[in-house]
Amino acid sequence: MINYILRRAAYALPILIGVNVITFVLFFVVNTPDDMARMNLGMKSVSEAAIVKWKDERGYNKPILFNQSASGTKKLTETIFFQNSVKLFVFDFGRSDSGRDIGYDISQRMWPSLAITVPSLIVGLLSYISFGLILAFFRGSYVDVSGVILCVIMMSVSGLFYIIGGQYLIGKFLHLVPISGYDTGFNAIKFVILPVLVGLVGGIGASTRWYRTIFLEEMNKDYVRTARAKGLSELRILYRHVLSNGLIPILTGVVVILPSLFIGSLIVESFFAIPGLGSYTIDAINRQDFAIVRSMVFLGSVLYIIGLILTDISYTFVDPRVRLN
Amino acid sequence: MPVIFVTDSLIFLLLFGLVAFFFYARKQEHLSAPWRDVKKRSLAMSSAVVLFFFVFLGVLDSLHFHPKVETDKKSETIYSNEILSVLDILLNDLRLKNEKTYSAPLASYSFSKELIELESGKKIRDYPRLVYGGATLSNPENESRADIIKRISFGLLYGLLISFIVINLIIIILSRSRNETYTTTLHNCLNKKTNTHWFSIFLTISVVLIAIAILYNLSKNYHVFGTDKVGQDVLYQALKSIRTGLVIGTLTTLVMLPFAIAMGLMAGYFRGWVDDVIQYLYTTLNSIPGVLLIAASILLLQVYISNHADDFNSIEQRADLRLLFLCIILGITSWTGLCRLLRAEALKLREIDYVQAAKAFGVRDYKVMFRHLLPNVMHIVMISIVLDFSGLVLAEAVLSYINIGVDPSTYSWGNMINSARLEMAREPIVWWSLSAAFIFMFILVLAANLFSDAVRDAFDPRLREL
Repeated sequence: MINYILRRAAYALPILIGVNVITFVLFFVVNTPDDMARMNLGMKSVSEAAIVKWKDERGYNKPILFNQSASGTKKLTETIFFQNSVKLFVFDFGRSDSGRDIGYDISQRMWPSLAITVPSLIVGLLSYISFGLILAFFRGSYVDVSGVILCVIMMSVSGLFYIIGGQYLIGKFLHLVPISGYDTGFNAIKFVILPVLVGLVGGIGASTRWYRTIFLEEMNKDYVRTARAKGLSELRILYRHVLSNGLIPILTGVVVILPSLFIGSLIVESFFAIPGLGSYTIDAINRQDFAIVRSMVFLGSVLYIIGLILTDISYTFVDPRVRLN
Repeated sequence: MPVIFVTDSLIFLLLFGLVAFFFYARKQEHLSAPWRDVKKRSLAMSSAVVLFFFVFLGVLDSLHFHPKVETDKKSETIYSNEILSVLDILLNDLRLKNEKTYSAPLASYSFSKELIELESGKKIRDYPRLVYGGATLSNPENESRADIIKRISFGLLYGLLISFIVINLIIIILSRSRNETYTTTLHNCLNKKTNTHWFSIFLTISVVLIAIAILYNLSKNYHVFGTDKVGQDVLYQALKSIRTGLVIGTLTTLVMLPFAIAMGLMAGYFRGWVDDVIQYLYTTLNSIPGVLLIAASILLLQVYISNHADDFNSIEQRADLRLLFLCIILGITSWTGLCRLLRAEALKLREIDYVQAAKAFGVRDYKVMFRHLLPNVMHIVMISIVLDFSGLVLAEAVLSYINIGVDPSTYSWGNMINSARLEMAREPIVWWSLSAAFIFMFILVLAANLFSDAVRDAFDPRLREL
């Protein structure tokens, strides 16, 4: 088992190097630090001295790949590539363009993100599975047909409208919870409810339809026919056999996004003013803070790759037929 | 003087490709049989009609030109710097009738009170009359309701008349081509005895035409969806946004298609190190979160554009470049799914006898892929084009909201929502920009979803929704 995990991690390394090179090329080669400085300091009338100063303060004044003037290993380490890209591998994110410690910001801001994403995931999973089961149970009937039609209609509405509608209806019209904002500790609950609810409603269409298909596929299999022939009730078949087998693709689909929960949702967080990593990224994009965007791209990729490894491992737990090799 | 943007030329390339593909698929039984199945489905045909109208407007909006400037001298013609499309000319009424600021749908008065000077010289604070909204009415407070009802009913009437003519024309053409009498064809269509579900097509055509006629009739005297902050007609914005939505939905797939097909087939066909390299490539790209990659790229494009501001002749050209770039970036983040599917299919196909035979005869590898693999994966390509469309249209709105979508000067539903969002706090609420964007997006995406479901069911019975 441990052997397998180690081997998978070794496979992941080249991918991480690839991601690193891509971000490096995007941020330092396609656009040079000079361009960034000019962008940040205002476009037209920027003196050379100001640009040099801006680069000095952020450590962008080094050569890109190879430092001629340094000696020994410093030829390689005293470069932008090493200082700003290679160091990401040990999660040393450095400082943002406005001078803040990115690593510290991330460790602070991941908790509000988790406060939104974890309840969303749990509530969503429970309700989508129940809806999917209900539609599968009533397959072919009016309940099923109208349910599927409703799903297609709900899928066709942009997520933005769920957020705007939810904010207007629950926050502004009914005055049940605050429209946006965040608080520490248990006071945060009243700010969490609305984003979770909106996320839940927004995902109903696509997820319910998908889960329904999974359950229906299971219901057409031989073991279900056998169970029916034994005289089991339809409900019992649904819960004992179809649900437990249908959960395999659902759970493995969930495992891959588990690590990414730290990142949070860009849209939801910025709409509801949650001080998590999603809004952190959006703010960085709007302030054109390249260091933060670069760190978040790398962090996001690492978490996704961890998710992929976890998925492979989780297969062996839920489905004993799968062997690791 | 015509102007051709890069996206325009790609749109026409796409249309040309569609026509070419239509004639190609007609001869291939395995491709045309599923389409016949699609044609039998009522919902699919209704959505196809709706999509057709959207595409029609989008294509009209892609024919750009510099309009002539009216001058005294007849010898030389001067072209204005402005770039207009054919759709702009058709919508001249909507485009040029600008108010001062917000006004509600179908209103005759402005949305907010202003200081008005009466003829007697007295100044009062009241809602000023709109310049164009309800302009023909002398006393809008009493007359506007009756006027609106009158315009709607006339629109209904015209719509019915036009759709009657159009449907009759279609039936006449059909009966000619089938060597039937007019009444037989009419009878067959209405009783759903035809291979194509003409009944639902006719129904949808009339609904759409009636809606257009009513909108047209109302917009002659009103702003049907109100006006926005700078007084521009919201209906005009929504109609102009159609092109952006369609471009994002179709060009993204078009841009990534050659790579996805070539890479997927090569990986599956050659296996070995080629397969390893290609798999590595798409796993790497896939592991970068899509939104962040788009954000990073758009950020860099902004830097590029502002550093090379002189290279662009006009704002429109710059906006067009950004639109194209967005399509490319979206394509890069979304080609991996198709590539993986094609690779798996190619792995299966390469073991089949006719491919082995071709190889044994010494047919070159690229020829085997082009002749024997490509036609047999075409259905997968088609399904993925249709399935991706609605997701991409929705993605555009979200991306524009976080300022990494299309250029702020481009008309798009995302930009409409984005600017309307700031007015949500107003009391009374400014809701019309949002609703217009909502309605147009919803209709397009719903039609695309229903159509793609039918296409998927027809082409891939294994994936059929049970």
